[in-house]
Amino acid sequence: MSGTVTNILLVGVGGQGILLASEILSETFMLAGFDVKKSEIHGMSQRGGSVVSHVRYGKEVFSPIIPEGEGDILFGFELLETCRSLPLLKKGASVIANDLCIPPPAVLSGQEEYPQGLAEKITGQFPDFTLVDGLKVATEAGNPRAANTVLLGAVSRRIDIPEKYWIEALGKMVPPKTFEVNKKAFLDGRNL
Amino acid sequence: MKEIFSGNEAIARGAFEAGVKVATAYPGTPSTEILENILHYKEIDSSWAPNEKVALEVGIGASFGGGRALVAMKHVGVNVAADPLFTLSYTGVNGGLVLITADDPEMHSSQNEQDNRNYAKFAKVPMLEPSDSQECKDFTLLAFELSERFDTPVMLRTTTRISHSKSIVTLGTPVTGLHAPKLVKNAAKFVMLPGNARVRHPLVEERTKKLSEFGSTFEINRMELRSNDLGIITSGVAYQYVREVLPDASTLKLGMVHPLPFGLIKEFAAKVKQLFVVEELDPFIEEQIKAAGIPIIGKAILPICGELTPGILRKAFRLPEPAQMESARLPGRPPNMCPGCPHRGVFYALNQLKAYVTGDIGCYTLGFMPPLSAMDTCICMGASIGNATGVVKVVSEEERKKVVAVIGDSTFLHTGIGGLIDMVYNNAPATLMILDNRITAMTGRQDNPASGFTLMDEPSHRIDIPQLCRVLGVRNVRTIDPYDLEATKRTLEEEMNRPEPSVIVTDRPCVLVKREGVFEKGPVLTVFEEKCTGCRACLKIGCPAIAWKPTDGKKGRAYIDYQLCTGCDVCRQLCKAEAIGRKK
Repeated sequence: MSGTVTNILLVGVGGQGILLASEILSETFMLAGFDVKKSEIHGMSQRGGSVVSHVRYGKEVFSPIIPEGEGDILFGFELLETCRSLPLLKKGASVIANDLCIPPPAVLSGQEEYPQGLAEKITGQFPDFTLVDGLKVATEAGNPRAANTVLLGAVSRRIDIPEKYWIEALGKMVPPKTFEVNKKAFLDGRNL
Repeated sequence: MKEIFSGNEAIARGAFEAGVKVATAYPGTPSTEILENILHYKEIDSSWAPNEKVALEVGIGASFGGGRALVAMKHVGVNVAADPLFTLSYTGVNGGLVLITADDPEMHSSQNEQDNRNYAKFAKVPMLEPSDSQECKDFTLLAFELSERFDTPVMLRTTTRISHSKSIVTLGTPVTGLHAPKLVKNAAKFVMLPGNARVRHPLVEERTKKLSEFGSTFEINRMELRSNDLGIITSGVAYQYVREVLPDASTLKLGMVHPLPFGLIKEFAAKVKQLFVVEELDPFIEEQIKAAGIPIIGKAILPICGELTPGILRKAFRLPEPAQMESARLPGRPPNMCPGCPHRGVFYALNQLKAYVTGDIGCYTLGFMPPLSAMDTCICMGASIGNATGVVKVVSEEERKKVVAVIGDSTFLHTGIGGLIDMVYNNAPATLMILDNRITAMTGRQDNPASGFTLMDEPSHRIDIPQLCRVLGVRNVRTIDPYDLEATKRTLEEEMNRPEPSVIVTDRPCVLVKREGVFEKGPVLTVFEEKCTGCRACLKIGCPAIAWKPTDGKKGRAYIDYQLCTGCDVCRQLCKAEAIGRKK
């Protein structure tokens, strides 16, 4: 069924705003008239652990989780977590990642080192790799807290859905006061 | 109107559309969000109960009073509620009663992965099992209809992938014409003394037979004929994996997994050449179908342990698999206590004292992880206290001084009090630490009888835990500030050496409590570079705000992330070089 369903993985660290981003994606797909399913695990993993969210859309979606090796797009909020999820992708998948490193506990305590050269490693396996400095672009757009929206904009370029649905979903999901800032951040990301 | 709902949100919506009067639960992943969403429907009286047994008993009362009642819990919660459940099966209901059991295959957030479909068969009550959020809503409504029509409680079983996955739901309008609740006396039905229960039991058996017959025409048990080579009986999320991986197979999708519709199953079996059952966890459907004399293959090719995935189905049915890269070895990212968590210092002290810690269920179970590494047992809600009593009964006098039970406020009120009564009654010389952080933290900060507020955010009596312990007969009850390492360690040592029961209550709120005036940040700390000797003592508490920075050619030094630091001051007390202090 993977031919008719698009599979998007969102990965990062608990507390980074992955769930909201995956909700905006899901809302966009529903507004554009598609069937959509999303799945993630919360509970213990919230406590600073790895978070993986699966979003799937198409004419009809069955499984709420992406079958192993069938991910089309990887949306990474953190580099180490982006690398961890590469095996879930299919050959030729697109990777869009935030240029951010959050050290895990073993690195914080000095027992292990944060792996070097992650971006080069990703490019080697997935030539369609976009590294985005979400914080920098968002700061330029007027709000450093809109970094996730910049990334979402960058991801939206890989997905064939008209711009108006993205903006409509954004309007529905972010606090009204922040809509204009988020819209600008989204478009900046989309036009990178 | 359409919405994207999680299974839990959809069940909440279903409760609203079904005209539920009372909804109650004890929080537990993956079921917690059901009540948190029902809360938004002001027509429903929603509440947290101290435990699942009480929740079900409140639900039973509401049902007997003539209102529709929904009770929600995680799979292991049904163990606690099992006592009333089995007899409720005999009495039946007045207003419809639906018990949601949210199972957790793969144990994403649980201590076991019991398959609660077995409870439906054991307690002789029907069970529905939805496959997506639309069905979560629709089946909730159907469950209430079924409950009243067949005079039975109905269980609705979800699994983590159903509870926490989101999909599109078409909303409906609330049902009308339900009877107004009213007291009705009917002792023969509701007073389960032996004489009455003996009359009720045959009715239960008759009901199960009728439900099985009804199941063959029940619209949620659905035969979908495609290829006649391969037929698959399935339910829940497993149905979605079957449709994903084997799109040409014929399916018999069971919306009601107990009792099984044997008429329909025989009909389906006759239409296909090869018959399989794809079910998560136990061979629940498989064994019953085999017992009915129908050959079927299930666990011969599928695992009993863990969740199913599309990939596992592909392997089981020998389908081609996409080439997958090997996973690289990368540093893991396990869950951790938050910066400023009041549990951290407690476990550091327990580790220092080489205590034998009988643990319990909550955030503090993370005290098991290195570098704190100070938990030796964890069984179920409330078990820590009884476990400690049992351990001190058998070990030597010297070793019994090492035994400390550790439990949170919510877990203590859930099922810990009985353990403490036993400890006092039978004079077991163990030490109990109650980590009172004024919230049910692990499941996402729910209020409880010790937080002073209800689910509906109304102020309520706040249980005085130290006073409660004294009333139960504990003579040595001490309250400490767990941010004070020296006092924590000293108090623990004194009470561990005392040859009688004692209780230490820690008094610091969870750092995540958002209610005003509960948790307040202290002054943020920093490491004075020139004083840091690189001894790593501050790393022994595993605080996410403290990082180790290797420096070229030198020993390296510690560093505090000021954005994460809450100013709890615990690390400062560990630093002999006095290199940690207030950030200027």
